[in-house]
Amino acid sequence: MVDTTPRGLAAAAATMNRAPTRRSGGASLRVLARRRSTTAFLFALPLLAVVGGLIVYPGFYAIYLSMLNKAQTKFIWFGNYTFLFTRDSFWMVVQQSVLFAVTAVFFKALIGVITAHLVNNLPAKGQRKWRGMLLVPWVIPLSLSTLGWWWMFDPTYSAFNWAFAQIGGPHIHWLSEPAWARFCTILVNVWYGSPFFLIMYLAALKSVPGELYEAASIDGASAWQKLIHVTLPMMRNIISITVLFSLIVTFANYDVVRVLTAGGPRDTTHVFATWAFLLGIQSGDIPLGASVSLFMLPILAISAVFILRGVRRRGREI
Amino acid sequence: MTAAAIGADAPRRVVGGSIRRSRRWALITSYFFLILFAIFFLVPPYYQLATATKTSEQISNQDTNPWLPAMSAGQEGLNPGGANAGKANLAKIKKDSWLPAAVQGFMANISQLMNDTDFPIYFRNTAIVTVCVVIITMVIAVPAAFSLGRMKFWGSGVLATGVFLTYLVPDSLLFIPLFKVVGGLGLLDSYWGLVLVYPTLTVPFCTWIMIGYFQSIPKELDEAALIDGANHIQMLFRIFIPVALPGLIAATIFAFTVSWAAFVYPMAFIYSSDQLVLTAGTITSLVKADVYQWGMIMTAALLAAAPPLVIYAFLMDYYIAGLTAGATKG
Repeated sequence: MVDTTPRGLAAAAATMNRAPTRRSGGASLRVLARRRSTTAFLFALPLLAVVGGLIVYPGFYAIYLSMLNKAQTKFIWFGNYTFLFTRDSFWMVVQQSVLFAVTAVFFKALIGVITAHLVNNLPAKGQRKWRGMLLVPWVIPLSLSTLGWWWMFDPTYSAFNWAFAQIGGPHIHWLSEPAWARFCTILVNVWYGSPFFLIMYLAALKSVPGELYEAASIDGASAWQKLIHVTLPMMRNIISITVLFSLIVTFANYDVVRVLTAGGPRDTTHVFATWAFLLGIQSGDIPLGASVSLFMLPILAISAVFILRGVRRRGREI
Repeated sequence: MTAAAIGADAPRRVVGGSIRRSRRWALITSYFFLILFAIFFLVPPYYQLATATKTSEQISNQDTNPWLPAMSAGQEGLNPGGANAGKANLAKIKKDSWLPAAVQGFMANISQLMNDTDFPIYFRNTAIVTVCVVIITMVIAVPAAFSLGRMKFWGSGVLATGVFLTYLVPDSLLFIPLFKVVGGLGLLDSYWGLVLVYPTLTVPFCTWIMIGYFQSIPKELDEAALIDGANHIQMLFRIFIPVALPGLIAATIFAFTVSWAAFVYPMAFIYSSDQLVLTAGTITSLVKADVYQWGMIMTAALLAAAPPLVIYAFLMDYYIAGLTAGATKG
């Protein structure tokens, strides 16, 4: 049986604040230690190559690229950025990205907490089956499940509109009216991401010691009071880590918007990733695309700092 | 055993019926809402499956309920846009009339997909890329995690933190500079370019999971091995990999599902049909005809999603262990 608690996270976090290696006595031990650290370095070398060559270097290269002109022949400092600031569509993308990420993460977290509690209420032997069923959206490759959603929103054959028509409801242009199109992109993202929150919260719920609830019962706490004063404080750290993770990934999401609306109608659903793709790859203005995608960096960095703090604290708790 | 169950057992003896009844109501309410959520979560795959059983002609008939699978066999030759090979197969399948209409329709769509489109090529390319990426990932991540988690060297703690941070850098930020890098290496429009860049998605997190698993192994084990004269490579293969096998499986599953589902990189780097992978191929080239053949497109989406789903169905516990091990991207 596999341990399904976030043990790996905690254990890995412990590396970061582990005390330095033991003091060794004698020359032979010192030689051994030196040989050991050489071997260790060699073991980590391929990792360094991948992380350095394919993540860190391209990261800085993106910053350099974003300061070139369109033909990539001249260094123009912050020309691309100042150009973007004057464009209305840029501010629309900023607005839409924030709206998309914040709304989607909020509902993912909400649905995740609710479903985790519901599953946790069930008798232990039924939980596995339900958990397995509810995680399916997370397992299907996002671009392919979004294709299924797109087909359900199809203007002529929309399955939703067919169902509405049976009860005399309205005919909705799901993907061609800006407000509905925005709603649809968020809905699909919530559908995809909620199961992840469910799994994380369920694991966290299981790790709350039962004695705390017993003590609360003896003190006469109601179910609601137990939730507010026992469950949520115990889960606070894992909730914040999950929310920040999800914020990064949702903010950087490309699949949903590309498949569902490709940014339309009239660019109203573009987020940073799809707009950067449109400018950088499809229109061939790599520097401008790079500068758009780099606007994701601040929110990424802030979230990363807080996640790291949360992970470290969690490592210390366990 | 959950806390809720403990709470339910204890007072039952004392108070009796009313608490038992309220527990039952809580259970019924839980099931009710869980069913609602399960419907929400399972509707899109179900609807894809229902559509995959139909011909284009059946789909465009708006008198029938689109939510139900095909009830009667589709008319041969009425599949608009279908090439001759597909029709011939359709006719052949029709003879096995003892099969339900839905199964016949699904098989007709599959055979059209296999014979008239590049879907088999996408499938093969995806399989090649995924297998290569999984192997590369494990070869890099496992020794690195062993070194960072157990052996330590100058700066290894900082490096472990750094690996965690690079895991947070999304592909939608890296694809533009990587476009230049891959182009510079002459690997644009080739799936080997994907083999090169997919490790950016898998290696940091797999290393991270494995560090956690290696660190949970008691320290006495490697001390005993050192006293017995084992070197570090023997130690890794003889002791750590066998003991951390569940973690290794979880990491492998993660690498597999991520490289199977990757979307941004193939969209940016690949444009020829013979180099495309399933995700990008299904989205860009199948969804491009004058007449959308929705039955076939949904069949393609389902078949393309099948390998991760099958792995999930059989190895769910490992899958979830990997997910919760390091707060996966969500």
